[in-house]
Amino acid sequence: MLDFFNIDSQLSEEERAVRDSVRRFVDERVLPIIGKCYVEGRFPKELVPEMAALGVFGANLPEEYGCAGLNNVAYGLIMQELERGDSGVRSFASVQGALAMYPIYAFGSEEQRRAWLPKMARGDVIGCFGLTEADFGSNPAGMITMAHEQSDGTWLLNGGKMWITNGSTAQISVVWAKTNGDKSERSIRGFIVPTNSKGFKARDQKGKLSLRASDTSELVFEEVHLPNDSLLPKSGGLKSPLMCLTQARFGISWGAIGAAMACYEEALSYSKNRVMFDRPIGSFQLQQARLADMLTEITKAQLVSLHLGRLKDAGTYTPQQVSLAKRNNVDMATDVAREARRLLGAVGILAEYGAMRHMANLESVYTYEGTHDVHTLILGQAATGMSAFQ
Amino acid sequence: MKIAVCIKRTPDSETRFRIGASGSAIDEAGVKFDMDDFASYAVEVALQIKEKAGAGEVVVLALGPDNVQETLRKAMSMGADRAIQLKADAVPFDGLAIAKALAAELKAGGFDLLLFGKHAFDTSAGVVGTATAELLDLPCVTAASKLEIANGKGSARRELEGAAEMVEFVLPAVVTIDEGIARPRYPSLKGIMAAKKKPLESKPAQLGAVRVAVKGMALPPDRPAGRIIGEGTAAVPELVKLLQTEAKVL
Amino acid sequence: MANILVFAESRGTDLRKVAGEAVTVARRLADASGGGEVHALLAGPPGIAQKAEALGKFGADVVLVMEHPALATFAREAIAATLAARAKASSYRAIVLGFSAQGRDLGPRLAARLDAPIASDVIDVQIAGDALTVKHPAYANKVVVTLTVTGSPAIVSIRPAAITASESLRSARVETIQPATDPAASRVKVTQVVEGAKGRPDLADAPVIIAGGRGLKAPENFKLVEELADAFGNAAVGATRAVTDEGWRPHADQIGQTGRQVSPQLYVAVGISGAIQHLAGMRTSKTIVAINKDKEAPIFKVADYGIVGDVLEVVPALTSAVREAKKGH
Repeated sequence: MLDFFNIDSQLSEEERAVRDSVRRFVDERVLPIIGKCYVEGRFPKELVPEMAALGVFGANLPEEYGCAGLNNVAYGLIMQELERGDSGVRSFASVQGALAMYPIYAFGSEEQRRAWLPKMARGDVIGCFGLTEADFGSNPAGMITMAHEQSDGTWLLNGGKMWITNGSTAQISVVWAKTNGDKSERSIRGFIVPTNSKGFKARDQKGKLSLRASDTSELVFEEVHLPNDSLLPKSGGLKSPLMCLTQARFGISWGAIGAAMACYEEALSYSKNRVMFDRPIGSFQLQQARLADMLTEITKAQLVSLHLGRLKDAGTYTPQQVSLAKRNNVDMATDVAREARRLLGAVGILAEYGAMRHMANLESVYTYEGTHDVHTLILGQAATGMSAFQ
Repeated sequence: MKIAVCIKRTPDSETRFRIGASGSAIDEAGVKFDMDDFASYAVEVALQIKEKAGAGEVVVLALGPDNVQETLRKAMSMGADRAIQLKADAVPFDGLAIAKALAAELKAGGFDLLLFGKHAFDTSAGVVGTATAELLDLPCVTAASKLEIANGKGSARRELEGAAEMVEFVLPAVVTIDEGIARPRYPSLKGIMAAKKKPLESKPAQLGAVRVAVKGMALPPDRPAGRIIGEGTAAVPELVKLLQTEAKVL
Repeated sequence: MANILVFAESRGTDLRKVAGEAVTVARRLADASGGGEVHALLAGPPGIAQKAEALGKFGADVVLVMEHPALATFAREAIAATLAARAKASSYRAIVLGFSAQGRDLGPRLAARLDAPIASDVIDVQIAGDALTVKHPAYANKVVVTLTVTGSPAIVSIRPAAITASESLRSARVETIQPATDPAASRVKVTQVVEGAKGRPDLADAPVIIAGGRGLKAPENFKLVEELADAFGNAAVGATRAVTDEGWRPHADQIGQTGRQVSPQLYVAVGISGAIQHLAGMRTSKTIVAINKDKEAPIFKVADYGIVGDVLEVVPALTSAVREAKKGH
């Protein structure tokens, strides 16, 4: 597997062991079925218990909640290996860990942590993250989903969310809503919403040409009654969901590397075996240029993510640094996937090969968790001090 | 149920080897090392036997320099309870020398079952397990392709050429493990974290005299290039003719 | 001048092919060390003594015959004890065995009992002063290692079919010996011997091997492989790891890095892509034929002759053609 700058030597034994275990899982259990799942448009739910047993959900959360208690580089390596399989499989793990378990850990009470996290680590309870709305994607501050506190401390939730991964498989949804009629972003709070609540509906998004091996749903809340203990007490303001997104984006920057590595390895192997004009096509200058560019971009991305992981473990990282990593790595991965698809020639359009599946998936990864353009403006603001958002 | 498993750190079996400058060792640059395949089957078998018995201890041992500690920790991350490193500067090719070091350590261990891989990928010699059994004067089944342990007794299957023998024995005993018995589990992430806390003891190896040594290594000669004779059933007559006249095997 | 002890492997009352190869090697070592004697241990149930003369053909000077009903199955402890006792009582320069299922069990036992160095699975043995120099394919056949074995006796087990048995006629003296321990009292008791496919030689002995892989598409199609093996008459049937893992064929049939390593005169790879794992098990075959529908398959790089085509069509055609060709003889 591509490691041109011997990053392996910078990993601890435990980080390598984690990476190797997940790599093996993906090679043995994901790769043999994922092409077919993608074409059929189904998420391989049967792998969830195995992923849970492996310890992949909330892997960087503490052991006392039934999680693996790994550091952030190990977490990143897990995401890298999962997405080497498929972005949809990695999305499932990202949502479960960074977007459903993490907010309960960061903003929940001790009772909520103990009630939910161990079950979610075991895969017995699947979660999803309800932030994005049909009219409020890049601008979550504008959300209209509203929760009203009742006289008895319970809540009434109305509204809807869109493009929610795991939406129709989840038992709970961590929903972000404005509260008590206050339309400012300051009033946003997080709620643990059981998906079997009366008035809660989840509808699969059909017709996707990307992330097909993933459940993406629309959620509708019609007078959903929530008990008092559904509120995440330490949540408050847009900052809370954004902190969750930062966690997920960190993992995604690693995941994109995995997808790019998969495409590179496939293209490289093909270029050495495919003979045209009596020579392997890998001996022609144009294909070598493609491979050299892929190799370079993947290596740079690996170094960006590794360093970011070390900063995160030291506690000194910033969300803007995560934006740089997500933006760069996903963008380079979309290029690597496309060029790999082109190198493969005709077979590159078949589901039997990974390139076009990764290429299509990565378009979603480019768009979600903060579009490429949004991260561009985050970096522009970080550089100049001036916001160009509006 | 106390089980010892002797494991080895060997190069990844998919490696394309090059001979090093000395001419008597492989070039290790860029070569990945891991637990030997047959050793990992033995570890898996030990874990399954312990799990079936409901209680017990699986102890893994390896001879070599400190780099074998990673391999021992991998076994512990699969579920082995503790590890012993018999420290030696290098792992000799001489299987009997290694067997003596292992026997010295295993003698007082009180093990019910001692498992080894049938052979190790690098030496491909298959000496250590059976020689260790003999040094410990224990019954030994070499290259078991099936193994059942219950009530202090064992039964195993051994592949012969064109046949197989079923054998029975009483514990304590040594069994060397053939492939096909079990698929080694991959360590769970929690297992990897737990392994860091499990005991790994390091002590000097009491190696026997090394009397089998590598004098040189060479890559096997490349086969001369062959040719594709033709396509489909139309090529069959030509193939038969070549097998008769050129290869003279028909 | 030094004597060589050799274990002449048998099963039931038949000599195994590797016995002749081992005696051949022992004869060469004896000749190379000033013309000593070759002493061959022949152990088996009553009736095995008749095979003593055959060992003389390959160069044995003395055949130590050990007959006992309990030697009808592999009495590993008794045979090891007997060989060790003999080696302690007389002085031998080397002890030669075949690296077979029996040999790989006996060799290390002898090494431990005699505190003698052992080199397994060798394809060449030479005497070099007071050491032996041997060649052994290590790293699953990927690297040929030359080893120096110092000490006497040195134990050497030879790879079956790597060294051709050759005649070096001696009129062997027969000595009847008793087992050093009771063959019926082994701590490893054989309760059953399960015979494999009737009428087919073992992979180690067969001059021709037909091996099938995933390209056959379904386990039922292995019938075509078996029919081709039958057409050759003296062929064994092998399989790749891919199909043994799927359960299409037993693990014992697997040819490859972790399975059997074979070196027949002719190896026909049917529907096999040629993964490195598999090549490690058969690349030393004298002639390799590959039939595969994918002309880019790596197997074609090692095959002497290749046919690109659908194995389900080509193999039956080849079977008919081979039958015809054999009729002509």
